Amino acid sequence: MGKRTVIPFGPQHPVLPEPIHLDLVLEDEKVVEAIPQIGYIHRGLEKLVEKRDFKQYTYVAERICGICSFMHGMGYCMAVEGIMEIEVPERGKFLRTIWAEVSRIHSHLLWLGLTADAFGFESLFMHSWRLREEVLDLFEQTTGGRVIFSVCDIGGVRKDIDAEMLNTMVSVLTRMEKELRDLTDVFLNDMSVKHRTVGVGVLSKEKAQETGAVGPMARASGISVDMRTLGYAAYKHLQFEPITAEAGDSYARMEVRIGEVYQAIELIRQCVELIPEGDVITKIKGNPNGEHFIRLEQPRGEVIYYVKANGTSFLDRFRVRTPTFANVPALLETLKDCDLADVPILILTIDPCISCTER
Amino acid sequence: MSILSMTKTLFKSIVHGPYTQLYPIKPRENFERTRGSIENDIEACIFCGLCVRRCPTSALKIEKAEKLWSIERMQCIQCGYCVEVCPKKCLHMRNEYTTPNTIKVKDEYVDARVSDN
Ligand code: SF4
Ligand code: SF4
Repeated sequence: MGKRTVIPFGPQHPVLPEPIHLDLVLEDEKVVEAIPQIGYIHRGLEKLVEKRDFKQYTYVAERICGICSFMHGMGYCMAVEGIMEIEVPERGKFLRTIWAEVSRIHSHLLWLGLTADAFGFESLFMHSWRLREEVLDLFEQTTGGRVIFSVCDIGGVRKDIDAEMLNTMVSVLTRMEKELRDLTDVFLNDMSVKHRTVGVGVLSKEKAQETGAVGPMARASGISVDMRTLGYAAYKHLQFEPITAEAGDSYARMEVRIGEVYQAIELIRQCVELIPEGDVITKIKGNPNGEHFIRLEQPRGEVIYYVKANGTSFLDRFRVRTPTFANVPALLETLKDCDLADVPILILTIDPCISCTER
Repeated sequence: MSILSMTKTLFKSIVHGPYTQLYPIKPRENFERTRGSIENDIEACIFCGLCVRRCPTSALKIEKAEKLWSIERMQCIQCGYCVEVCPKKCLHMRNEYTTPNTIKVKDEYVDARVSDN
């Protein structure tokens, strides 16, 4: 056994967009153990349900995360709708699905860019984000905001997208898809990228099960788990299969996310074809009373919402279990026996969202 | 496996030129739905206080006696909830942002009309 050294990693580190701290126990250049510590950006958003009424909280729920904002809002609304037994109009459900899938593209492109940045491929990073910018423009055109949308409401959505705009969305995404092929070709085939990702941070299927990994992290290890198959919103009308890979290394995680970008574009196409006419929101009356539990698939994996209401306009309890929180044990597993130089990439391959995790 | 896979994209960008805009010389056009800032058509406002009660960030205040409606620009999150609840529909979401600032800005709207009675 060599001499052990402890290197503190984070909370401020060039590769980390958000603060998380890891104590890396090293033997020479190899990591033998990583001890995580969070708590740098806790905002107490769950507690805030006692101060903001359940309708105002829709806008707070969105702000749990700046990337999955739409799905946080949607999950909260779906949980409250579950308590109040509100049926969202079909068009509303389809619009939610469209926005959720556009969010997935935006999130995965962001991640691809950050990963390219982490292994020092700056032009690839810039080009990923250039494409992401077009997606953000689609968001701004349809919702009025680039990352915080304020369109999801209890009972449906607050804004409709007309047929012309829906077609524009599809044509923009189709054009983007072509450019994306060139870009993802670099991610999947370039020698320098493969050198940094293939065989790095392997998470076996058993370990993924054991640590309770979710989302792309689990799917890259061969576990076919995707909450969208539960058929919430309009997913029950759409044709798709969860994208999986077998290798469980950083490359496989990248492969899965890239596959999901194309899948999301395809799902939006299906939605635009199938979307019915009609209302987008149901008016709600009264206050919620009861409790509800709901699971969604965010870009980063499965998220869980629990809402408990007491018949007043203030909720008793709101709880979110975000995908990053579930993926931290899996991350620690992949960090064992890796090289110190690979730590930044491994942290990024779980697509960490620390603000979500700490709420 | 290739070492030249990025070349195609790079050549394309050389031909295309910069993808970015020379801001502020060429300002960015906002979209119709862009949630920029809240405006109040104060002449129509009845100072009912509904917007004040509903605003999730407590950015709004009214002084009924002085017919004053004010908004803390830095506190407002452009959610548009106030626009939705206003019974007189005098609130409006502009698609222009307010000017960036280093101090907290509070905009006041006063209804200067003399009342009839
Ligand atoms: S809700 Fe409308 S009418 Fe009432 S105080 Fe606010 S702006 Fe004025
Ligand atoms: S837009 Fe939202 S935050 Fe801003 S004043 Fe209206 S209710 Fe308050």
